[in-house]
Amino acid sequence: MGMLRVELGLERPDDVYDALMRTFDGLTEEQTQLVMAKLILLLANHIGDAQVLSEAMAIAKDDINQGGLAQRDPKIPPRQENAS
Amino acid sequence: MSSETHPQHPYLPAEEQRTRNRPRRPVVICGAGPVGLTTAVGLARQGHPIVVLEKDSTYSIGSRAICWAERTLDIWSRLGCVEPILERSVTWSIGRVFRRGEEVYHFNLKPAANHKHPPFRNLQQYEVEAFLFQASQHLGNVDVRWTHQVTQVRQGPESVILEVQTPEGSYELEAAYVVAADGAQSAVRQSLGLDFEGAVFESPFLIADIRMKAAFPPERLFWFDPSFHPGRSALLHKQANNLWRIDLQLEPGADPELERSPERVAPRIRAMVGEGIPFDVVWSSVYTFKCRRLASFRHGRVIFAGDAAHQLSPFGARGGNCGTQDADNLVWKLDLLLKGLAPEGIIDSYSEERIFGADFDIMTAMRSNHFIAPQTRTRQLFRDAVLSLSQKWPFARPLVNSGRMSNPVPLRSSSLNTPDTDEFSATMGPGSPCPNIGVDVLEGEPSRWLLDELGKGFCGLYFAQDGEQLPAMQALGELAAAHIPIAMRVVTPAAIARGPELSPGVSLLVDPHGLVARQFDARPGTFYLLRPDGYVAARWREFSLQRVRQALERATARHPRTERASAEAGHGNAAS
Repeated sequence: MGMLRVELGLERPDDVYDALMRTFDGLTEEQTQLVMAKLILLLANHIGDAQVLSEAMAIAKDDINQGGLAQRDPKIPPRQENAS
Repeated sequence: MSSETHPQHPYLPAEEQRTRNRPRRPVVICGAGPVGLTTAVGLARQGHPIVVLEKDSTYSIGSRAICWAERTLDIWSRLGCVEPILERSVTWSIGRVFRRGEEVYHFNLKPAANHKHPPFRNLQQYEVEAFLFQASQHLGNVDVRWTHQVTQVRQGPESVILEVQTPEGSYELEAAYVVAADGAQSAVRQSLGLDFEGAVFESPFLIADIRMKAAFPPERLFWFDPSFHPGRSALLHKQANNLWRIDLQLEPGADPELERSPERVAPRIRAMVGEGIPFDVVWSSVYTFKCRRLASFRHGRVIFAGDAAHQLSPFGARGGNCGTQDADNLVWKLDLLLKGLAPEGIIDSYSEERIFGADFDIMTAMRSNHFIAPQTRTRQLFRDAVLSLSQKWPFARPLVNSGRMSNPVPLRSSSLNTPDTDEFSATMGPGSPCPNIGVDVLEGEPSRWLLDELGKGFCGLYFAQDGEQLPAMQALGELAAAHIPIAMRVVTPAAIARGPELSPGVSLLVDPHGLVARQFDARPGTFYLLRPDGYVAARWREFSLQRVRQALERATARHPRTERASAEAGHGNAAS
């Protein structure tokens, strides 16, 4: 492990995220999925390293295997946080 | 609704009602909120008699703006009214974001070393208004007219006529200039038939102030999808005097009237704070995100500021702080215009610079809005993906956007700037706001802060070597005595032993550890021209009387290039 960078690599994360979102604005559901797939393939090709990609794929599917979005955490939010 | 009681200010008939006089007032400010009162105090300190018209008899209902940024505190500090606000307000620096009960991200806005003020202090808006009102009354030339409501605005070539409604009927008021700081529902804006341009979101939010004695930390706590409010977002933030801000995202299509009723509000808050903590709901309201502004902040002799000029959504504390920066930008420009020292184009530069500032705030707030309340399935999908990844993977945490806190945007392309021609580090480039850093003092002396030392007008920082004979002294003195004076500060590493003869208007700023010199990337001979609002107008490695004069002309809109630039700036659009 450790091939895939999981620390922040984006220089201006808010700008990049915004640009990413704008890419999909105004697209239909089908178009969105197609653009997403193409985007992933482009980035995968740019990365090239099969080991890195396989780590990314595993992480992306991580919480799906644990029940994913349907499962809700029953824990109440912490109330007494230390200020440190 | 609000259960808070504020002091009532009596309605008093104005001079225009009591006598047949209708003197032409230099400036009438509409609205006694933070923006109107900051403008009033600033202009009154420059000697202008100010009339403020306020439609209500008291301060704002509900806490509204609560987080005041360092830049705003610096502005109030220079206006001499920050002390009671600092004393009363709550300190915080940590913001935590939770998803389903687990912390996914936190930020720590630590006070910067050697800055006078921390990044943020929290104080409910009506308390800020009370302190600013008191400051205005100490000046003796601010006439705040409570329960005087502007109903109509008529522009003429030489003045503006305001029709003002009071409990005793209406009267007319004449002003050379009107500052419309009368809020998002601005009567002035409506009377002139002007509309906002920008975005309105559909997702409704419930905002409430509750009074409770609770051991929650003085941090900004934000939840996505918490168990007490499934599928939506929630915020808790402390104010002074056991008051807490709560902001809860509601279901799409929720009925605002129904949702703000106490029967609906109380159970939601009970679910959030838990059993066993008594609380009172003192104010609640339902709103949707709005990010929009006027196409121009100047319309003839009417100048718009604060929410009357631009409306921003709350997460990030951009409304109140953007508005206070409007006031700070406007005060010195209006002062020069009223004194006949700058042309009307200086007010166009206000519109140009503050539209740039507002657009930055609008863009930043819009991004937070999209993250907090995604409006498309794709945005929702990516938002949920970021939140899901953020619990385990550090790269995703900075993408979690629960609001980015207000900071002043450098006015890098302002038409008032003189672009750099010499080599400097970028930090304090033309258009940068000066931070209020500490100036070295001898042991036992009280602290001194840079912005507080610069005076009320333009200021020149001349960085000199120890014991230098200052060949520029005569020229510095000339600039200090000109009709737009530049208060000159000679920044030296040590008090010069025998000292150069200082011309009037020139004083020494001793900087033994080079803190100021470092901040400004200065070497002996470096010269900075600072505007009255503490923004850098120009800088050079070598002082030249001629170049400073030209930069001053440009910074006061008397430079021919300025007019072209501001004409172009009028056509900008809000970021969307």
